[in-house]
Amino acid sequence: MSSIERFANPTRFMRLQTTVQPWVWIITLALFGVGLFLGLTRAPADYQQGETVRIMYVHVPAAWSALMVYTVMAVASIIGIVFRHPLADIAAKAAAPIGAAFCFLALATGSLWGKPMWGTWWVWDARLTSMFVLLLLYLGYMAIWQAIDDPRRASRIAAIVAIVGFINVPIVKFSVDWWYSLHQPASVFRTDGPTIHPSILTPLLIMGLAYSFLFLALHLIAIRSEIGTRRIRQTELARTGALQ
Amino acid sequence: MYWILPRLANGPVEMMPAFKSVVARDFTLAIRQGGSIGTAIGFFLTVIVLLPLGLGPDQQLLQRIAPGALWIALLLSVLLSADRLYQTDHDDGSLEIMALSSTPLEVVVLAKASVHWLTSGLPLAIAAPVFGFLLNLDTALIVPLGIAMVTGSVALSLLASLGAAITVGLRQGGLLVSLLVLPLYVPVMIFGVLASSGAQSGIDNSATALIILVAIVLAALVVTPFASAAALRSYMR
Repeated sequence: MSSIERFANPTRFMRLQTTVQPWVWIITLALFGVGLFLGLTRAPADYQQGETVRIMYVHVPAAWSALMVYTVMAVASIIGIVFRHPLADIAAKAAAPIGAAFCFLALATGSLWGKPMWGTWWVWDARLTSMFVLLLLYLGYMAIWQAIDDPRRASRIAAIVAIVGFINVPIVKFSVDWWYSLHQPASVFRTDGPTIHPSILTPLLIMGLAYSFLFLALHLIAIRSEIGTRRIRQTELARTGALQ
Repeated sequence: MYWILPRLANGPVEMMPAFKSVVARDFTLAIRQGGSIGTAIGFFLTVIVLLPLGLGPDQQLLQRIAPGALWIALLLSVLLSADRLYQTDHDDGSLEIMALSSTPLEVVVLAKASVHWLTSGLPLAIAAPVFGFLLNLDTALIVPLGIAMVTGSVALSLLASLGAAITVGLRQGGLLVSLLVLPLYVPVMIFGVLASSGAQSGIDNSATALIILVAIVLAALVVTPFASAAALRSYMR
């Protein structure tokens, strides 16, 4: 609790962010360099899929990150609504577009991967469907922030949307898996091969870490810019006499 | 749960009379104003009639898609009336009076969602198996479809009331309700159709699907009144 209060101060956050940001970028770039090098050149091509399997190193971590960012958003929303923590509201708002972008990236690369593998851009596969629902949840959350002018009211309503959505995600996952297993077409590409060989797993995990750090870097910047936007808004309102 | 605590400190509040009076008031309003049940059923019928016209009169195809098509029609009709759930009471201030009373707003929300179910979900769920004849619905599925729809529409109304509460103070709320509620409707839709399809997809999972549907209804019953009431309160402060 004390540490939560400690970082509630936006000015303290800004100072911390300025020191940490370059290091986060360096780690992000290094991880992406190593991960992409291993994934694109060292990891073996699949005996069935050939070189297209390398899309996996971009696709799978994007899907992981999209889920992780939604979790971050929901936890920040809970902290915001329970402790009235101003920075948590801002953190939740700032995470949403990044998560939506990861989600879209996962869907887009999945679609590009699906074209050579399944022969079609889109299949109502269980994973694709639940990712698509996740994208809708992100868009709904962002639409709430767009629609409500007063940031304090918007943060409370948006937090409710995020928390209900967070409860909904596992239920959707469960139901879509069930639905897909009943409607499963005759021939389908299997992702669950035998155990994953370390030569594939290592770059995949490094890429996962790289995406996490990319999120951290973007998130810190997004929070900073949101704090700045709010300060400008406050100053403007005070200058024009709207805040008396 | 912090918003319950101050009220508990004042001792337990008698909730049933308030619940009943809100239900009676809203139900009377819905019946006397007319239109709400008629609009829902009319829209439902429109979807059901347009479907064969769009897909062709193939009896076998219609029989195969009938349960799913009826569920889609039910979902859309429930959504159609959703954004007006709190609108008039919010505009004329009665919602604020209800929020200021000793009755928890959660009870008011539950009462309003019940009335929404009574005036849209329930009549549609009763009418759907009848309209099913237009889609060559397998007669063996009439009873399971009816049961699944009566059950599932409870969750649909509760989730619609959440969507309506979240967007009550917004000018362009209608579009946003669909976007917010759609992800929440996905599980209800899947298990609703499964519970009403019988052995159509090979194995008969309808009993299991119905149990899960009931579980979803119960979960919605627990979560949505609190979430809706919290959203309504944020609009009123």
